Amino acid sequence: KIRESVRNTALSTDDKLTPYFHVMSYNNFYEFGTGKKDPARHAQNFQTDPWKVEISGEVGKPGVYNLEDLIKPHLLEERIYRLRCVEAWSMVVPWMGLSLGDLLKKFDPTSKAKYVEFTTLHDPDQMPGQRSRFSTLEWPYVEGLRIDEAMHPLTMLAVGVYGNAMPPQNGAPLRLVVPWKYGFKSIKSIVKIRLTDKMPNTTWNLMAPQEYGFYSNVNPAVDHPRWSQASERRLPSSLFNPNRVDTLPFNGYADEVAELYRGMDLKKWF
Amino acid sequence: MAKAKSKALGYLEWWVVFLLPLAPLGWLTYNAWIFNLGADPAQEIVLETGVWAINLLWITLAITPLRRVFKLNWPLRYRRMMGLYSLFYAAVHLLAFATFILGWRWDLLLKELSERPYIIVGALGLLLLIPLGVTSTRGMQRRLGRNWLKLHKLVYPISLLVMVHIIWQIRSDFGEQLVYGLILGFLLGSRMYFYLQRKTRVMRAARAA
Repeated sequence: KIRESVRNTALSTDDKLTPYFHVMSYNNFYEFGTGKKDPARHAQNFQTDPWKVEISGEVGKPGVYNLEDLIKPHLLEERIYRLRCVEAWSMVVPWMGLSLGDLLKKFDPTSKAKYVEFTTLHDPDQMPGQRSRFSTLEWPYVEGLRIDEAMHPLTMLAVGVYGNAMPPQNGAPLRLVVPWKYGFKSIKSIVKIRLTDKMPNTTWNLMAPQEYGFYSNVNPAVDHPRWSQASERRLPSSLFNPNRVDTLPFNGYADEVAELYRGMDLKKWF
Repeated sequence: MAKAKSKALGYLEWWVVFLLPLAPLGWLTYNAWIFNLGADPAQEIVLETGVWAINLLWITLAITPLRRVFKLNWPLRYRRMMGLYSLFYAAVHLLAFATFILGWRWDLLLKELSERPYIIVGALGLLLLIPLGVTSTRGMQRRLGRNWLKLHKLVYPISLLVMVHIIWQIRSDFGEQLVYGLILGFLLGSRMYFYLQRKTRVMRAARAA
């Protein structure tokens, strides 16, 4: 259990929740292995306390901060978001945390802050996936958002799930949640947040730029080159019901976020 | 007395070899029954049956090199059984995909087939495996004569289709594909070696004559 939180119903979906057991046992967190069960198996001794986050770049108050000090001034909210993986499955998860924008504002972003870059911990001793010789991903994992995406009220830094502290396999102690983008954008176990005037590199884009774009907004009209994104399987599925649902533009958050991309060709900026 | 004993042992061996490849299916069925396959049981079943279709195909392909390189003869008795098991797991793999993942929605099936090229490659491999299964009986072997051997050489292109099927699905980590590829490289490479050796021997004999 962590601190009290208040449900933000305005930002929450009414979709049926994916049970906690599945949320914490079916994960993509390649730092702990590429199998869905690997993170739950290999992340249990992951050290998340103490945890420091470096905030740098185009901010008035750069520095290395203790996680508690970053979180303390904020009221924690519970928000139920849909999570759509690029692999065409999805879950519904009650996250706990705060708006990323509220946190960034405390560090006085300058006018040159056009993008935000995030970095995951790099610690091969603790993260067996980073020791794999056959991985084509470069470590540490990096992700990025445009500043207006980062400041959007839906964009969240999460420190808990289902009322509990974030399990290590879900990205403890601090992870991003951007519900209208494919899951891999929601970077886990963040140690660095850097504001910059240039579009940052992102890990999956570096590996396969033709398959994973910088934006990676959920879009049923733009397929992954090797599979369709038109529909998804809502987990948990059962053998007698694949639980397939149509994928919605921006994962159903088009009313809130479509304006961020007005005038952009979403097939080009996928 | 000794003969009866060795016969009994032969039976035992046959039953052990026959039952062993059923273990993965038994494990999957049991865990599906007690809801122990996680959030996405369909994916788990499709993945595991696919893995075992490949494992058993590689085992089938290993039996001839085992004989030639390591002079191990007894596995030859089980080559047909292993091949049929591979076909069996491949068929369950495809049926599980169509039933548990697609829910037999033909529109989705067509879309998947056209947009996921690795599914076409895998389906083609299974399709080509079927005539091998059908002609695996002794009667068919007799009836087809020399053509039987030719037909069953199809297993080589099938194994390559299988490699394409799994390589095309790599997300970021290619460790498993590398292992399967190296083993297949040895299995096919040893055949190539023996083929070339025989060819030079025949040529030398022809020159000598």
